[in-house]
Amino acid sequence: MFLRNALRAATALTLVTAATAQADTITIATVNNGDMIRMQGLTEEFTKATGHEVEWVTLEENVLRQRVTTDITTKGGQFDIMTIGMYETPIWAKNGWLVALDDLGDDYDVDDLLPAMRDGLSYDGTLYAAPFYGESSMIMYRTDLMEKAGLDMPEAPTWEFIRDAAVAMTDKENEVYGICLRGKAGWGENMAFLTAMSNSFGARWFDENWTAQFDSAAWKDTLTFYLDMMDRAGPPGASNNGFNENLSLFQQGKCGMWIDATVAASFVTNPNDSSVADKVGFALAPDTGKGKRGNWLWAWALGIPAGTDNEAAAKEFISWATSKAYIELVASKEGWANVPPGARTSLYENENYKDIPFAQMTLKSINSADPLNPSVDPVPYQGVQFVAIPEFAGIATEVGQEFSAALAGQQSADEALEKAQALTVDAMEAAGY
Amino acid sequence: MARAVTNQRKAINTAFAWAIGLLIFFPILWTILTSFKTEAEAIASPPYFLFFDWTLENYAVVQERSNYARYLWNSIVIAGGSTLLGVIIAVPAAWSMAFVPSKRTKDILMWMLSTKMLPAVGVLYPIYLIFIKMGLLDTKIGLVVVLMLINLPIIVWMLYTYFREIPGEILEAARIDGATLREEILYVLTPMAIPGIASTILLNVILAWNEAFWTLNLTAAKAGPLTAFIASYSSPEGLFYAKLSAASTMAIAPILILGWFSQKQLVRGLTFGAVK
Amino acid sequence: MATKASRSAARLMMAPAVVLLLGWMLVPLIMTLIFSFKKYLPLRGGDLGWVGFDNYVRFVTSSAFWPAVQATLMIVGGVLAITVIFGVLLAMLLDQPMWGQGVVRILVIAPFFVMPTVSALVWKNMFMDPVNGVFAHLWKAFGAEPIQWLTQASLPSIIIIVAWQWLPFATLILLTAIQSLDGEQLEAAEMDGAPPLKRFWYIVLPHLGRAITVVVLIQTIFLLGIFAEIFVTTQGSFGTKTLTYLIFQRVLESQNVGLGSAGGVYAIILANIVAIFLMRIVGKNLDA
Repeated sequence: MFLRNALRAATALTLVTAATAQADTITIATVNNGDMIRMQGLTEEFTKATGHEVEWVTLEENVLRQRVTTDITTKGGQFDIMTIGMYETPIWAKNGWLVALDDLGDDYDVDDLLPAMRDGLSYDGTLYAAPFYGESSMIMYRTDLMEKAGLDMPEAPTWEFIRDAAVAMTDKENEVYGICLRGKAGWGENMAFLTAMSNSFGARWFDENWTAQFDSAAWKDTLTFYLDMMDRAGPPGASNNGFNENLSLFQQGKCGMWIDATVAASFVTNPNDSSVADKVGFALAPDTGKGKRGNWLWAWALGIPAGTDNEAAAKEFISWATSKAYIELVASKEGWANVPPGARTSLYENENYKDIPFAQMTLKSINSADPLNPSVDPVPYQGVQFVAIPEFAGIATEVGQEFSAALAGQQSADEALEKAQALTVDAMEAAGY
Repeated sequence: MARAVTNQRKAINTAFAWAIGLLIFFPILWTILTSFKTEAEAIASPPYFLFFDWTLENYAVVQERSNYARYLWNSIVIAGGSTLLGVIIAVPAAWSMAFVPSKRTKDILMWMLSTKMLPAVGVLYPIYLIFIKMGLLDTKIGLVVVLMLINLPIIVWMLYTYFREIPGEILEAARIDGATLREEILYVLTPMAIPGIASTILLNVILAWNEAFWTLNLTAAKAGPLTAFIASYSSPEGLFYAKLSAASTMAIAPILILGWFSQKQLVRGLTFGAVK
Repeated sequence: MATKASRSAARLMMAPAVVLLLGWMLVPLIMTLIFSFKKYLPLRGGDLGWVGFDNYVRFVTSSAFWPAVQATLMIVGGVLAITVIFGVLLAMLLDQPMWGQGVVRILVIAPFFVMPTVSALVWKNMFMDPVNGVFAHLWKAFGAEPIQWLTQASLPSIIIIVAWQWLPFATLILLTAIQSLDGEQLEAAEMDGAPPLKRFWYIVLPHLGRAITVVVLIQTIFLLGIFAEIFVTTQGSFGTKTLTYLIFQRVLESQNVGLGSAGGVYAIILANIVAIFLMRIVGKNLDA
């Protein structure tokens, strides 16, 4: 008996060692953002530590999404790790397409993940994708222009204040525009901003019975306020501006204020790229006094498709890339301002990170977003600037195109909302609601 | 043309043609120039044309980030392989259409062309599912087959039109001399059709090289050609014009060079039977 | 001359190509047809059963359908018009004696070698960008307000990009045709005192009829399916959503394969209508 047990234990042991010693090659699909490209550059460190090789498939965001969605829905099995967001994670997890990440190792410290991030990447209380970096949105503004306009930015301003300040800062002769906002159509572009903004105006996508709400007064207030403000103080061609375009406008000193992703803070304060690096202040996204602020919540996270042959190696990679040690590795090579932000509580308690000017405002913004109760009124869905149902991306992109056309002056706010309502109702009906 | 042309007229022609040629070529030239600028110089206003600090740093960055050689090799194998396979299948078909025509030859040709009208996005899921079943995802052979099928109608049509221009009497003479069908194709037809086959191959290599839907959607890490390489450089965060230009230049350079060296064949051969 | 034996040999030789293409056409086509009658939502469990013609009705009644058909036809028509007209002019110019003809020809052909994705990226970012694009600099240099190309003139912008890519193809075919034109005939006409425009209209253009037909036919097949240029530039905003793009949105963005497949069937029908139309009008040229 004893012998048999001992034998069994020995076999098990050899199996385990065999499994750990075996070097696998994992394929990772990721987006071509700066932080991921940095991760790609550090792959050697991972290979050195574990022996596993990594093949990268780096794609532009839209192509990546198309590529990984096709693969996961057909169970193509082309990738061992996919870079996905807060939108995909709960939907895919619900379908049983992702491997639960509840055993990432003893030193992973899953409780250190920011609660908002952990909630947004969990389904039924289980983590299905590990946050590589997280973001909310906030106001980035030019302190010098604000001063010149004789105004003082409060830490938590209202939309009214932002509009008035934007108009006061605008100097079209010198190509200075009070406010730069996203206008380019897309569910992850203008609709991310507008949905988050609408939350603070008391609007929502759907009521508890999944009835579309674009015919509500709150949505009309949101859209007319946005169009009016952009008309008076926005840059030309705003309807084609997404994150990138606004970033380069702000860096060139052409924007007074910019409300966008918190990760942009490190770009606009980097003196190598930004001509206004030392004149940038930060504030929470605006509200209207209804109890919700207009900021979103997003994370780029790493998930493992169910059924992959290299699950163990993939988990090793994820626990390496989203660990505290990885943050320190990046800090030692590229400086603390360049570490992937917004994922871990410990980062914001780190003495070295406290000096970073935007650190605390980023944390406050992330903490003030609630993916489970995004709007003033109750909603049947999860997600702040999106609705975590499979149909959302398609619907929101089409709605975004209507709003973008309104911003370009090709139709009125009422026409845009009417079309948005019609096409949302139609698409929801097709989906069987 | 034997017409005497005054030098004055020739000079006007030259100036005019060069102006238009440069205008058409300008976007490519601009991309190549931008690839040697720094990111800041790439968006400078007013733009620099030639007088900037030429740098190779963008190429270094691109090379460091992605394994260009592998993408290039995949492109060569996929574009070359699909074209050769296509020609091998198309030659007999085009031969029989050209020399043993029936009432339905025209219809078959038109039908073949019409298979190209099926919108690719509409059949992505069916094809993807078939590829999973056959284990062809992310393999070069899978892409060779798909691109061959996509371009086969064009290849058949081009070869058909070249073969038709070959006088039938020569073939008949060969037949009377006792040549078998195989010999007829191999020793009589093929040598005469070489220029036509050459330009068919050229055109289809170009088409296959530039195909960006299937090559992107059916590959992952192993079989991705240069179209997948480019997809990792479009619109990242921050300034990217110079790096995008460098990647673009690397992606189009091989085919551009091939095209330039063989432009005589292209100019002479690209007729689709349009010239009688 | 065709004997019975050579006929059957001919059939045998045609077989591989025909069978392969038949498979390539039928398998996806049948699958598309099956999907189009189903409620097929990959993110909601896949195949949810038969729904009859629901998808077909929904696709056509969507407010995006007719504008998409219109945008498709406008892009195809616009690009065809530009490439044929400028192609003829360019081919005639290149046929003239000049210094450095070979180099000019290379310059003109070059855009044909550029991947659609690359050319769309380059045009969008480095030329049509309203702040940093070459056009914006040019407009500013003349004191004009830069045009927001992809917003205010979205359809023309796309047509320009696509036409730039296809102009070399048209020029090449037309150039070959012009080179085969009998110079003596033209010379005789010139001596008879026929003005250049008349010579062009009565001698050159009829000679090019067949070549133009081929250009129109081949380009139409490719243009009906253009996708990369729109995906990279406007993503279907501002009235640039073609039928192909609409299908893409339904299948991949909305993850409704059934609805997208119905759209695919419509696209095939549209393509065939266009093809028949072309055959009727210009197809006779091909038989000559």
